[in-house]
Amino acid sequence: MNLRMSPAPHVYSSQSTRALMLNVIIALLPCAVAGVWHFGSGALTLILASTLSAVLAECLWQKLAGRRVLIGDLSAVVTGLILGLNLPPSAPWWLAVLGSAFAVVVVKGLFGGLGDNFVNPALAARAMLLVSWPKYMTAWVAPAGWNACVDAVSAATPLASPGSFTAWQLFLGDVPGSIGETCKLAILLGLAFLLLTKTVSWRIPVTLTASAFAFSWIFGGDPVAAILSGGVLFAAVFMATDYVTCPMSAAGQLVYAACAGLLIVLIRRYGLYPEGVTFAILLMNIAAPLIDRCVRRRVYGHGKGANAHNG
Amino acid sequence: MRTMDDRKHAPGEALKYGVLGGNPLLRLGLGLCPALAVTVTAMNGLGMGLATACVLLCTSLTVSTLRGLVAGRARVPLFLLVSAVFAAVAQMILAGWFPALNGALGVFVPLIAVNCLILNRADEAASRSGLMTAAADAVGMGLGYTAALTLVGALRELIGRGSVFGAAILPSGYEPMLLAAMPAGGFLMVGLLMGVFRAVASGRSGKKESERT
Repeated sequence: MNLRMSPAPHVYSSQSTRALMLNVIIALLPCAVAGVWHFGSGALTLILASTLSAVLAECLWQKLAGRRVLIGDLSAVVTGLILGLNLPPSAPWWLAVLGSAFAVVVVKGLFGGLGDNFVNPALAARAMLLVSWPKYMTAWVAPAGWNACVDAVSAATPLASPGSFTAWQLFLGDVPGSIGETCKLAILLGLAFLLLTKTVSWRIPVTLTASAFAFSWIFGGDPVAAILSGGVLFAAVFMATDYVTCPMSAAGQLVYAACAGLLIVLIRRYGLYPEGVTFAILLMNIAAPLIDRCVRRRVYGHGKGANAHNG
Repeated sequence: MRTMDDRKHAPGEALKYGVLGGNPLLRLGLGLCPALAVTVTAMNGLGMGLATACVLLCTSLTVSTLRGLVAGRARVPLFLLVSAVFAAVAQMILAGWFPALNGALGVFVPLIAVNCLILNRADEAASRSGLMTAAADAVGMGLGYTAALTLVGALRELIGRGSVFGAAILPSGYEPMLLAAMPAGGFLMVGLLMGVFRAVASGRSGKKESERT
């Protein structure tokens, strides 16, 4: 008899991994299109390089490790696409390739593959690239169409020079920033699609954004600019919602997203980096199992007080 | 608790065990703190490894000599006292003759006194065996630790600076990966090497995993 073991949760659903991942890819497309619209050929090269190398790395790793090759589940495409959209448009292509390989092999593969990684692979890869090659990961160009990266007019992001962009510019993404995170309209389109197809629930994106809004207001910042600048919205929709690394319980997801919002504001205000989204969500990924443990309801007849009668 | 079986009492076997099968850093996970903190370059790794190996050898010999006199709960403070004495000597030697290396290793030289590798070998090997066996075990473990630290240091120096032992290896166009020079890079490197050692030691890399799916 061939008994199979698969990671929890063991829930039957009509939605396969492949179908869910396909939904996420479709939801990411508006962001990709907006990124290429604003940042041109450089952005397109990076998105393609990171996606292709993520799939290639997954295929090679699974072959080398003697596992079944599961690139058909499209999870590598999602990881590569998200990483590509998280890069500054002027980054060199090899940065995307290295980041994708790191995400797929080190963060996901070495820990056992999809479902066993304890942090989001794309985010961990972005953090790796940020601390390894800060020169490229903090260089921004102005959104100037197809030749934006060729002309490479360097520019400060809204986080580095607050107040220099209107809320409308921030919303449409006509500002310097990572490829996929600048156009909030495209992100909201993606979110609408994910909600309509029930790929993600509203809890994490809404709570995280609301939390970042509230805490930046409490700490004396401009709350509207805070959630429209940097990667808050993109991360709230596409990265904090990663099934593998967020808490499973509904209450846990609320706590997780609220804490992530608080951490983002704290790192932006007091940290060394102008943007804190990557590190905030990575930290909350690590805390996710703990949160699930804390909010779990006590099973009747077990736990504290259960043995009061039989000593 | 792990005890040494008889075949490891032969000096040759003890050496092989210390470097490969029972490598203190990459198989037993002992002495991780200095391994992560100072192995930014191959030279640092080599220096730290050799200093630890010398303190380990002296401590093991002393503990083995004194093994009839100490027993029970008083033994661990005694082991620490002995290793602290030799660590102090090691620091004076380093400060006197290798001031640059001493400066690079910093606080981790006096901390050799509380390296768990030394405590572990004193408790598990030296306090239960004769001088020869204790010496063979200490030399094997010391060489294994030195080799592992040098390997970690060389790889981190290569990736983080493009050089090994200060000599440029990679072309000048190489963009160093700064993460490798940070403590986080040390964790990653030690973890990856542990995986490689485990795969090689069990000699069946990947087979177990393919059975799972």
